[in-house]
Amino acid sequence: MTEIPESLLRRSAEAKAKALGLPVEQVLAEMKGEAPPIPPPSDEPEPEPVEAMEEAAETSEEIEEAVESVEGEPAPVEEVAAEEVPAGPAAEAPEIEPAPEADVPVAPPTEAPVIESSQEALDPPASAEPTAPDGGGSADTEPAAAEAEPAAAAVATAVEEKPAPEGNGAGNGKVAAMVSPRPTVPPKGTPEGVRTQRLLTVVKARAIQTVKAEPTDKVNTWPHLMLMEFGALLAITGLLVIMSVVIHSPLLDPANFNATPNPSKAPWYFLGLQELLSYFDPQIAGVTVPTITGIIGFMMVPYVDKNPSTRPSDRKFAIALYSVFLAGAATLTIFGVLFRGLGFNFSYPWKDGVYFDDLKDWVHFE
Amino acid sequence: MANGNGKTGLRDRIKETNDKLWGSQFAESILRPGSPFKKGYSDSPRNRSYVVMNNVLYHLHPVKVKRHGVKLSYTLCLGGLSFFLFILLTITGIFLMFYYTPSAETAYADIEALSTNVAFGSLVRNMHRWGAHLMVLSVFLHMSRVFYHGAYKPPREFNWVVGVILLFLTLLLSFSGYLLPWDQLALWAVTVGTNMAGFVPVVGNQVKFALLAGVEVSASTLLRFYVLHVLALPFILVIFLAVHFWRVRKDGGISGPL
Repeated sequence: MTEIPESLLRRSAEAKAKALGLPVEQVLAEMKGEAPPIPPPSDEPEPEPVEAMEEAAETSEEIEEAVESVEGEPAPVEEVAAEEVPAGPAAEAPEIEPAPEADVPVAPPTEAPVIESSQEALDPPASAEPTAPDGGGSADTEPAAAEAEPAAAAVATAVEEKPAPEGNGAGNGKVAAMVSPRPTVPPKGTPEGVRTQRLLTVVKARAIQTVKAEPTDKVNTWPHLMLMEFGALLAITGLLVIMSVVIHSPLLDPANFNATPNPSKAPWYFLGLQELLSYFDPQIAGVTVPTITGIIGFMMVPYVDKNPSTRPSDRKFAIALYSVFLAGAATLTIFGVLFRGLGFNFSYPWKDGVYFDDLKDWVHFE
Repeated sequence: MANGNGKTGLRDRIKETNDKLWGSQFAESILRPGSPFKKGYSDSPRNRSYVVMNNVLYHLHPVKVKRHGVKLSYTLCLGGLSFFLFILLTITGIFLMFYYTPSAETAYADIEALSTNVAFGSLVRNMHRWGAHLMVLSVFLHMSRVFYHGAYKPPREFNWVVGVILLFLTLLLSFSGYLLPWDQLALWAVTVGTNMAGFVPVVGNQVKFALLAGVEVSASTLLRFYVLHVLALPFILVIFLAVHFWRVRKDGGISGPL
């Protein structure tokens, strides 16, 4: 089993503590096993086949969905034990009550209130049980829905059958780590046709599920990421509008093929190249640098860099190389923008002025 | 609820109307489950998932993202901003297309008229121009951050290649738009730029000829750059964008922290 990171544990402990109204530290300690733990079902010393488990009543819409999908069909036969009948609204009420007390202070196997309440809720003629799982044809009064709540069901393997008095099966139920054993023999006086719960088997979680992925700390895209993106979007829009109000786009004289301006400069993102062209033979500056290193070189990067690590300390060479490229490109571009004057010769911007028409036209506030 | 006068308060009436509007069959039919605008929306994990899954725009995103991915410092949202700038440029560009004719005789006058005769014409033109420069910058910075994070490493190699193509297309888009005002700046910057393309050994002159529709910048170059700028290049760019976004998701989302 993978070690669960501290941060995840703490967050789930906080959630649980909030739900139960307990101090976070206590719940966290329980989760880590430092304090008297809540016995999850799979931690029971030896699973007794006749032991019944009860689930915490808790709204769970996923189950609703699953129930809907199974509803109306004959109840499928369950190979493993995990079977569950949605509790109808009526059956749900008495069950909620013992939940808090049963959940937190370690429901010992024979705690009275839990047993009582579950007896009230689910009255069991034992005879109904064996036929129930495969009694597809006779399940008209009791829509038994097979539900496999992903992890919890696997861990808890709780077998639960409850009557659904309302019949529509749209109940709430969730398998949780909660045990409230009940006597095997159903108490006297249970109405006909009402089934009780029965544990068929207990399967250790490790036997039926393999955990491969590391637990990662994730947050919902909505609202967390979306909020960030919306903020970024507003910021860039604001920046752009302010820029557009303050700086005018340049519009020089109409194009004239006979009047070459001095100097003639490329757009700023090509000025680094133009700068190179003034030093080197065009074959080098115009071909080798931009096409080979610029396009093909960059595309080749992931296939050349075989270093699997992404940590900066492991890839000093790659980072140094890219930084040199960045610095070089920035230097050349800035040089081309500011320090090139008439005839594309070197000039000081503070002495001879800036020959860069892109940012020439600022709005004059008068 | 009535207030002291025994009349229905404004606030209640607004709420009533609101409920009626968003609760109507029409509104219900527009909004998919989980929409925050839906009547009776509640903040639950299920609805948070639905918000993303059931929206045509948002479902580019996964339902959940790694926690470090939402930190402001991690990426500054540079890739997303590049995309957003592209959308802004599309919108402002469509606006500009209404007032611009790509012919050597009228182009310059159109731009002049845009600044003086058209409502918000100057603002929109400025936004288009500075937005283009910002996009070049943000795409480049996006590439830099991807490099520094080593985010091009397996399984994301191919997406890096697509990204380099996108950078190249962005530069071409910006460059092709540079000529359109048809002023001295445009004409000679493009002349210098295309001269550089001519230095490519084997295919250089052919590329230059194809770009310029001739051996030097001329009136037909203007039309060529216009079609490239408003149709051909954006079309190609969108295809590569789709692949890029798709691969971001399929390659495991945003890369891990350092």
